[in-house]
Amino acid sequence: MAGKLTRSNRAGWLFALPGFSLLFLFIIIPFFFAFWLSLTNQRLVSPNPTEFVGLKNYSELLRLSVLTLEPERDDAGQIVRDANGEIRYPRVRTITRSGDFPEYRGMREWFRWQSGENAKVVVASNVVFMKALTNTLTFALFIVPLQGGGALLLALLINQKLRGINAFRTIYFMPVVISIVVISLLWRFIYDGEDGLLNNILAWLTFGFFEPVDWLGKSDTALGSIIAMSAWQAVGFHMVIWLAGLQTISPTLYEAAAIEGASKWQTFRYVTWPGLRNTAILVLIVITMQAFAIFAQIDVMTNGGPLDSTQTLVFQAVERGYGRQDISGGSTISVILFVMVLMISAVQGILTRERT
Amino acid sequence: MKLKTATFGVLAASTMLAGAASAQTTLGLWYHGAGNEVESRILNGIIDDFNAAQSDWSVTVESFPQESYNDSVVAAALAGNLPCILDVDGPVMPNWAWAGYMVPLPISEDALAGHLDATIGRWDGQVYSVGLWDAAVSLYARQSTLDELGLRTPTLASPWSGEEFMAALGAAKASGKYDYALDLGMAWTGEWYPYAFSPFLQSFGGDIVDRSTYKSAEGTLNGDAGIAFAEWWQSLFTEGYSPGTSQDPADRDSGFINGKYAFAWNGNWAAAATLDAGVDDVVFLPAPDFGNGSTIGAASWQFGVSSSCSHPEGAAAFVEFALQDKYLAEFSDGIGLIPSTKEAAAMTERYAEGGPLAVYFDLSKEQALVRPVTPGYVVAAKVFEKALADIANGADPADTLDAAVDEIDRDIENNQGYGH
Repeated sequence: MAGKLTRSNRAGWLFALPGFSLLFLFIIIPFFFAFWLSLTNQRLVSPNPTEFVGLKNYSELLRLSVLTLEPERDDAGQIVRDANGEIRYPRVRTITRSGDFPEYRGMREWFRWQSGENAKVVVASNVVFMKALTNTLTFALFIVPLQGGGALLLALLINQKLRGINAFRTIYFMPVVISIVVISLLWRFIYDGEDGLLNNILAWLTFGFFEPVDWLGKSDTALGSIIAMSAWQAVGFHMVIWLAGLQTISPTLYEAAAIEGASKWQTFRYVTWPGLRNTAILVLIVITMQAFAIFAQIDVMTNGGPLDSTQTLVFQAVERGYGRQDISGGSTISVILFVMVLMISAVQGILTRERT
Repeated sequence: MKLKTATFGVLAASTMLAGAASAQTTLGLWYHGAGNEVESRILNGIIDDFNAAQSDWSVTVESFPQESYNDSVVAAALAGNLPCILDVDGPVMPNWAWAGYMVPLPISEDALAGHLDATIGRWDGQVYSVGLWDAAVSLYARQSTLDELGLRTPTLASPWSGEEFMAALGAAKASGKYDYALDLGMAWTGEWYPYAFSPFLQSFGGDIVDRSTYKSAEGTLNGDAGIAFAEWWQSLFTEGYSPGTSQDPADRDSGFINGKYAFAWNGNWAAAATLDAGVDDVVFLPAPDFGNGSTIGAASWQFGVSSSCSHPEGAAAFVEFALQDKYLAEFSDGIGLIPSTKEAAAMTERYAEGGPLAVYFDLSKEQALVRPVTPGYVVAAKVFEKALADIANGADPADTLDAAVDEIDRDIENNQGYGH
């Protein structure tokens, strides 16, 4: 194999050279650069010399601890409850900010759960990063089936010989061609909490019973709104890939299925879907990777808010590196993101490998 | 043969050009106002006048859009391509001076006599930058609204107290005539938050960092005063007095004019538009006093010298030239800013004694407090902005301020104290 690659293949390497050198210059070198920066205290603007700090940036991002809070008790030893009957606990800041527990200094509550009388509180040294991490994973988890499935559905719809089918193809593909920044701006108007298009449509459909929702302004709807909009935006791109896959399936197979008397579902299940196997793997991996890189929508529509409900890793990397002038911190996030995407792609690769 | 002649011709022409230019040394100037025609015209006028008035220096300007100006300067500094004269936003100046992007401006103190304090950028005991104008913020209201709601008109000498202010908001809300009582401008993300809202915090007795040492924000931002401020801040949104972070930017621009909001917290730059839109009984009121005085932010764009400039004296000559009252007045008339001197103010239409916006000159003069003068401000401002947005969206006030303090302190530590 190695011999085949190198032997009498000068022209091939020559053709690959421009692509390889660009990849090397703009992807591979910057990655090693980022890895090195993540081990230093490099700043964007600073007269101080750069110092090697080891894994400090990583521990500052990833440090987690669990605190156990005991209920507050009154003089008689009874548990103090508030008006709703909820147990009252001392505030986390009495621990994280006291001089008695220097190991928790700078940490902040991420989430908590009840365990018997006590409350277990997970504190993190960088809660925003943790939220960005979970949001990015949530985003990827929802966007993959939504975008992949939606694209397949559209591809099946437009893979027909109808008059004017090209018009539909164009319409579905249109959002892909428009800049994501423009699309994000438009959707900001659509999602507007007072007189946005979405609220107006919903109010009209329900004869005015629908209460307007501030889609991007509430922490429980913001991420969902961005997921829906992102799925819509890129669905056309994957539709074209599915379509290409559909058109490689030989018509004779469909003819044979028709002769056998297969139902529509059976045709899809036993002819179309197996024929799309490789396309499916491509679409899955591409959507996953793109999902982890989500940035523009956040930057234009929410800036990570409200209450960090739409923070994402790439947005945090940029925000830290440029906004907070902390290049080393931003690089650290990029490296963590890289490792994550690499691992997920590897797992996907193993799971979808053709068994021979 | 023919080719040779042409080459000689070009050579001769270029030598002549170089000869003509060598009498004047070229100084580059970077400016943040690309896209604003009036602003560019006035600036170009000053530069033409300067280049014609003396024979040593020739200033050439390059304009950038404001949003990408700071990034461009940072990129140019890293690449070693800074121009001679830099335009810098007041609160950012210490950061650039500390980073070695800027050097002190060799300008005589006489040239600065009579200028508003906040228009002079000082760092480490030296003047680094000087501004032709300042900006100020006030509480917009209609006189008719005040009369209808039976509210006392606050003055510079006796501004509203915190209780009076909240009572005014309550009365406006109870009247049922407005979508919201107060428009804080939550749609304007970025520097607006620390610039416009940190004076409230200062009025409560807190601050973004401890200005006596600039080493920490502990106890200053998250002390009792800070928490009182944060709880008050949150109440503005939970009580429904002000639209939150998802405010429509268009409402920010026209909401007060259209009568959607009873009061608006807005800058002098929007005042002319409000008057022109026919709100002729608009009054510009000072900030409420929450116990520690009524105060507003200050310092706008200023000129300074970059460290890669080999002729700081030329840059200083230009800045001194540009500081003439007639130019200050021209900028003020053109784009509505507060001129730096009383004399220039007297020459303008709006800021002259008795002019519709004269109150802003007094506000700047009496109440302006510059944002923390430290290289760390740039980061602290971002942290503060996020904390305010989070608290407005319902985050716990004390915990959020604690987190902000941790982040600011960590940043100061990572920068070895920012040279304080």
